[in-house]
Amino acid sequence: MSRSRSGAARSSPFLLAELMAWIRAHGPWRWASQGLRRRGYSGRTFVTGVPFLWLLFFFLVPFLIVLKISVSQMQMAMPPYEPFVTWTSAQVMELKVNFANYAFLWEDALYRNAYLNSILTAAVSTVLCLLIGYPMAYGIARSRPSWRNLLLLLVMLPFWTSFLLRVYAWIGILKNNGVINNFLMWLGVIDEPIVMLQTNFAVYIGIVYSYLPFMVLPLYTAIEKLDQSLLEAASDLGCRPAKVFIRVTIPLTKNGIIAGCMLVFIPAVGEFVIPALLGGPDSLMIGRVLWEEFFNNRDWPIASAVAIAMLLLLVIPIMILQRFQGQQLGAHR
Amino acid sequence: MNRRPIFVPAMMTLGFLFLYVPILLLIVYSFNESRLVTVWGGFSTKWYGELFRNEQVLDAAWLSFKIAAMNATGATILGTLAGLALARFGRFRGRPLLTGMATAPLVMPEVITGLSLLLLFVAMEQVFGWPAGRGITTITIAHITFSMAYVTVVVQSRLATLDESLEEAAMDLGARPAKVFFLITMPIIFPAIAAGWLLAFTLSWDDLVITNFVAGPGSSTLPLVIFSKVRLGVSPDINALASILVLIVAIGIFTAGFYMQRQQKRRDQDVQRAIAANE
Repeated sequence: MSRSRSGAARSSPFLLAELMAWIRAHGPWRWASQGLRRRGYSGRTFVTGVPFLWLLFFFLVPFLIVLKISVSQMQMAMPPYEPFVTWTSAQVMELKVNFANYAFLWEDALYRNAYLNSILTAAVSTVLCLLIGYPMAYGIARSRPSWRNLLLLLVMLPFWTSFLLRVYAWIGILKNNGVINNFLMWLGVIDEPIVMLQTNFAVYIGIVYSYLPFMVLPLYTAIEKLDQSLLEAASDLGCRPAKVFIRVTIPLTKNGIIAGCMLVFIPAVGEFVIPALLGGPDSLMIGRVLWEEFFNNRDWPIASAVAIAMLLLLVIPIMILQRFQGQQLGAHR
Repeated sequence: MNRRPIFVPAMMTLGFLFLYVPILLLIVYSFNESRLVTVWGGFSTKWYGELFRNEQVLDAAWLSFKIAAMNATGATILGTLAGLALARFGRFRGRPLLTGMATAPLVMPEVITGLSLLLLFVAMEQVFGWPAGRGITTITIAHITFSMAYVTVVVQSRLATLDESLEEAAMDLGARPAKVFFLITMPIIFPAIAAGWLLAFTLSWDDLVITNFVAGPGSSTLPLVIFSKVRLGVSPDINALASILVLIVAIGIFTAGFYMQRQQKRRDQDVQRAIAANE
């Protein structure tokens, strides 16, 4: 029975391979491929080259354009920025670089506060995520193997459902006549509703809630790899549980902790949806400032300068993350 | 270690409650008669009826579905190629750059990706005259760019755990690289590729920020419609919509999980039978 199943499964890749062999053996394809191979190109070049060119063109080049527009001046036209290079007369090229946008960001307290507030909000949320996520990941990694997959699935499930709708769910819970306030008033604990929506508290909850799976998964991977006998050795030698945890468990799961924190912190800094829906007018974050500069004020150069400044802030966390991800993926080599 | 047995399960329970209570409340209140979402006014399914009569939501859902399907296919092809290159080609020129570009979109704040892609499309339109205006094409390109990173990571980590000896054996027997890929590698990593496709589909289906930057008039995807409604406050038909989406995803995930577990069990049984036959 198992034989017939694998036979059926094999037929389609076989057909594909046959088709490819036929194409390769006939006509222009053959000349082209031989010509390419003579010049040192091969299938490898194709496999690497196609995604490489795509990302180069649609991911890297756009950053250069943002950089360019961030140093140009706004003008009332479409697109609303002055060209970078203008040909004033036949042969004279004029280069315009204008750092006024950055100076403006630096001097205006609104932008400075938005930056500091974003970093603070992201940092607080990351710590909260770690405090909630670590025991969860630990519990999952130490539960019976038959349970583990189900529990992991339950952590992942919210991630597959709409992010926007999960944030929306919290509006109904936190607002003045929402679930929590109604419940507390019904109990008689409070007479006046507690204002929770449109505060920083709501933003923290929103970020922790949305990014918790990103924290739990790398932690789980690290804790699962942890050698239990090391913990037993430490306690046999008279180490107390709390000390075992601090001196052995945490250092050994360091990679998971760092990866998880970066996975939460980096996107949280630039978050737009959560502060826009749950935050108040004073919980300004850079993502929201950028959005408003772009869509409401139509000031593309300032929006670009905000983006570049945010990117500078995130370069180091992104590099840390890539190093640790590389270590995790490259560990088998 | 005698205190942890209470602490860890308690934290785990609280964690899962934190994850699931909001979703459950969302579903419960979708059956609320009252227009005030959080004040219970009796059981009713009228918001579901209202949802299915809402042309704007239905059109947006169909548009989102089309874009998500196109995006998932493109992202899976590109992401699989990138994952293959990173997992199998060792060191090559441009590898550090490809690694960086393939994983940075995972964490890049969406406002930055969205803004930079929009500025690219505007510049392209000025220079090449394409894409003329913004709409489905620009949204799909933008979605592929950020969601292929997820496929790359899934495929790359699956390939990293896969023993290369099977591929080497096929190579030694004279199969060419393309044939090895379609005959050996692809069937083995197929679950990872399928997971990548589904992930890319979901990411695109759900994306608001990047889409808002690169969408044109008349290309309102479902998240854009939801966001404009949600900004005005809670509304019960959004609860109904959310419940339907959660239900679909839950069924899908559990079916996939169940199927994969069964496959694993069968594979284990096959291995055991093979061992028994050899003895």
